[in-house]
Amino acid sequence: MSLQTIPLHSFDAGAQAALNNPQVRRNFRQAMDGLMSKRAAAFADWELEPLRELGAAIRLRALARLPELLEQLEANLQKQGVQVHWAQTGEEACQIIRDICQARGAKSVIKGKSMVSEEMELNHFLEAAGIEALESDLGEYIVQLAEETPSHIIMPAIHKNTDEISQLLHEKTGTEPSHDVDYLTASARQQLREKFMTADVGISGVNFAVAETGTLCLVENEGNGRLTTSVPACHIAVTGIEKVIEKLEDVTPLLALLTRSATGQHITTYFNMVSAPRQADEKDGPEAVHLVLVDSGRSAIYQDEALLDTLRCIRCGACMNHCPVYTRIGGHAYGTTYPGPIGKILMPHLLGLEATQDLPSASTLCGACAEVCPVKIPIPRLLQRLRKEAVDGDSLRPSRVRGHGVKRHWRERLIWSVWRQIHARPRAYRWAGNLLTRLRGLMPKQLGGWTRVRTLPKPAARTLHQLMQTRDAQTKTAQEPRA
Amino acid sequence: MSQALPPTPPTQVIFYATCLVDLYFPDAGLAGIQLLERQGIQVIFPQNQTCCGQPAYSSGFNDQAREVVLAQLEALAGDCPIVLPSGSCAAMMKHHYPELFAGTPQAQAIQALADRVWELSDFLLRVCQIQLQDQGQPIKVAMHTSCSARREMGLAETGPQLLDQLSQVERVEQARASECCGFGGRFSLRHADISAAMVADKAQALKAAGAERFVTTDCGCMMNIAGYTEKQGLGLPGQHLLSFLWERLNAEGQAPEEVGGRS
Repeated sequence: MSLQTIPLHSFDAGAQAALNNPQVRRNFRQAMDGLMSKRAAAFADWELEPLRELGAAIRLRALARLPELLEQLEANLQKQGVQVHWAQTGEEACQIIRDICQARGAKSVIKGKSMVSEEMELNHFLEAAGIEALESDLGEYIVQLAEETPSHIIMPAIHKNTDEISQLLHEKTGTEPSHDVDYLTASARQQLREKFMTADVGISGVNFAVAETGTLCLVENEGNGRLTTSVPACHIAVTGIEKVIEKLEDVTPLLALLTRSATGQHITTYFNMVSAPRQADEKDGPEAVHLVLVDSGRSAIYQDEALLDTLRCIRCGACMNHCPVYTRIGGHAYGTTYPGPIGKILMPHLLGLEATQDLPSASTLCGACAEVCPVKIPIPRLLQRLRKEAVDGDSLRPSRVRGHGVKRHWRERLIWSVWRQIHARPRAYRWAGNLLTRLRGLMPKQLGGWTRVRTLPKPAARTLHQLMQTRDAQTKTAQEPRA
Repeated sequence: MSQALPPTPPTQVIFYATCLVDLYFPDAGLAGIQLLERQGIQVIFPQNQTCCGQPAYSSGFNDQAREVVLAQLEALAGDCPIVLPSGSCAAMMKHHYPELFAGTPQAQAIQALADRVWELSDFLLRVCQIQLQDQGQPIKVAMHTSCSARREMGLAETGPQLLDQLSQVERVEQARASECCGFGGRFSLRHADISAAMVADKAQALKAAGAERFVTTDCGCMMNIAGYTEKQGLGLPGQHLLSFLWERLNAEGQAPEEVGGRS
């Protein structure tokens, strides 16, 4: 069975569609403005820099010992009765989860929010195997009802406003149309509550997997994560291998950074720590707990010291909230599971550069993302690296990313070769500059997308080189500096 | 993160024009040179300078960028500070040159070059401790600090501090001042529609703040925003910060020379 269902489309077409949709643009602008000010308010009384340094150090320390920590995590979880599975690919992870479900005769699954499960298209896979998978996170539930994909990693339905959600719930579930968010939430909650009680398996993601104690931490606001991991008889947690951290005490600063960066909350309503199935003296909890560790291209990143920074991410979404490009086009335009700045640096590794070739260039390298990243991922530098990989542009540092060289066209190389010929030779450059000043009246009126909304600047009548040559000559003649 | 001041104020600097100032906005370069000379500093303009290499570098063509950088290394030889009328090109030299040459035989020489680099408005403010006496008419001006100046060079306050020395200048602040204008070099051509949406918002924010003019230290942003305001007839010209400062020191009622527009 093939899993080539990731809805890859042209980035340009997606961006165009979003730019032409005033509703989508308003929704994102308002939502991102709100999230930015909430984050700023939440950190207002904090010494943020030392905390970010600490967050980055914790993640780097964990990544430096990743193989070892994963083994320690596995050993501790197994000791506590959790079954640990390793999946090389997303498809393998889907198969493992399907097999667990089928071995239990499970027909229905309730899911907590998990971007890794989005990445591997788990819902479609399970449905094809005759297992119903229902999203229980409100945003994910809305997205599932709309047969869409998340447009944001923390707020999956952020592209919709209340009216659109009301309309959707009315069409799909018969909920009375309303502008009252509480009413809509309560209605969805009611529908989901019944499913929790009857679901055979609960599937959740993981925010932090603590190696030292064998603890799976889950951060959430709706209680659906708590229900997912405690009501059904079987809980399957699924996560990327990079989520492991060394010690329990590492959770505190990371959690402080995560919730404030993501939604501006000092703490989420729920923080779950799962370490074992139900014990003999316990009244509730699942009788079986599984952890599926997914690689899916991550270990390839691990081989490269610079790219490794990509794996520091704790999935707060602050980079997209602050990204001027994401704010204008929204998450769906990217056509990838993870949108925004983190998507641009992560997706090329998961899918290869052929499928993601338009992403690295879709940035002004403004650095707003890196400025707010709670673990200080140098996103612009990584984008720069991917641009280099896309054109195989550095003979001193061989390309390593899958699909590298995909943008290496002869025309592009010719442009930069001519550019180099001019700019590496001062005389050629001065000659070209002089020529430009003489042709200043003949400049084209149109230049692609630039002149659609802007005028084209006109070359100067004399270059600064020329002006200074004259000036320096006069100074020499006068033997004293001019005023 | 601001750059450490030299123990004694230098008497000589090398002026690095940057290709955009050289070819499109030489008045900004001349203004910068004259502001330095006004401080009693001797300005050297090496005729062999070309471009910092950023266009190729940010497109991923590191090999071509390196060759061009090596030509700059030769042109900028010496010990004195190198000053640039651009946050973006200054950041290229200061932060990206060492990355580009890490592990190469030139790494040390490149680092020495990077250490000499100053963005000129920062140099005027902190090294020269320039004092500006405003001779101009009252005007409302907004400062657009480029993303490189703001985030890579840490100069978010520099432009505003210089403008605030001018008694007749009312500095207005646009909404979302720290948001990118959408230039991004080739981004503005390759992703023209996204760039257009960004520059439209930026120009409107500047206009809504009540600015009669906007100033910036980066010609890429200026071409972008001023090109937009001109085409849309918003009546909001742009000017390089250095040109503006020089004009304010010398203006006696004469009309300012507008840059960024067609003449």
